[in-house]
Amino acid sequence: MAIEVRVPTILRTYTGGEKAVTAQGGTLAQLIDDVDASNPGVKERLVDESGIRRFINVYVNDEDVRFTGGLETAVSDGDTVVILPAVAGG
Amino acid sequence: MLIIEASIRDAIVAHARRDHPDEACGVVAGPAGSDRPTRFVPMRNAAQSPTFYEFDSADLLRLYQEMDDRDEEPIVIYHSHTATEAYPSRTDIGLAQEPGSHYVLVSTAEGAHEDGPVAFRSFRIVDGEVTEEDVTVVSSSAEVDDAAAPKR
Repeated sequence: MAIEVRVPTILRTYTGGEKAVTAQGGTLAQLIDDVDASNPGVKERLVDESGIRRFINVYVNDEDVRFTGGLETAVSDGDTVVILPAVAGG
Repeated sequence: MLIIEASIRDAIVAHARRDHPDEACGVVAGPAGSDRPTRFVPMRNAAQSPTFYEFDSADLLRLYQEMDDRDEEPIVIYHSHTATEAYPSRTDIGLAQEPGSHYVLVSTAEGAHEDGPVAFRSFRIVDGEVTEEDVTVVSSSAEVDDAAAPKR
């Protein structure tokens, strides 16, 4: 088993057009590292020095990780991770 | 070019008027790959601001799950400007992350009241580049096919 990561349109250039990839890790940070290892460039788009980028939303089993510990959020086999860019502007 | 039904255009304008002086926002979903905006989905502006809009993160997830289940895409992403023109701001351009969508801008700066003039314009925003496009308003979905057909 592995963890499914659903990738938004704007990041599919890094996944060869795939809408979802599978990866492994015990925390979201490890999971993102693993996704980045096979799809280089993804991490840079998701994370900055303060954690998940302000206008990127990441959900583990439908919970926004901002409320569950950010990059330290625990993940395990069978979880579903969804990445969605914020829809926002001025 | 954006082709949109009058009833949906009117619903976007009504939403913008209703929420003035805060910015209103939402999407018009449509079948994936169709370029036809058919399902009007007004969203809550979590920022509740006259100068900023953002979909609430839980609402955003629900919206995308719903579109996924229906095999839809956000064909149109709309929001209003309430004191400035209907043109993407620097913030709009910096945060635009759906290169396949039509970004519709409505301005209630001149006509927030009923029957006041409300500008309605559409743009593509790709890699920081803004391109305005024509908007064709049709009265029904049958007419959409005519408007989309190649000119003879």
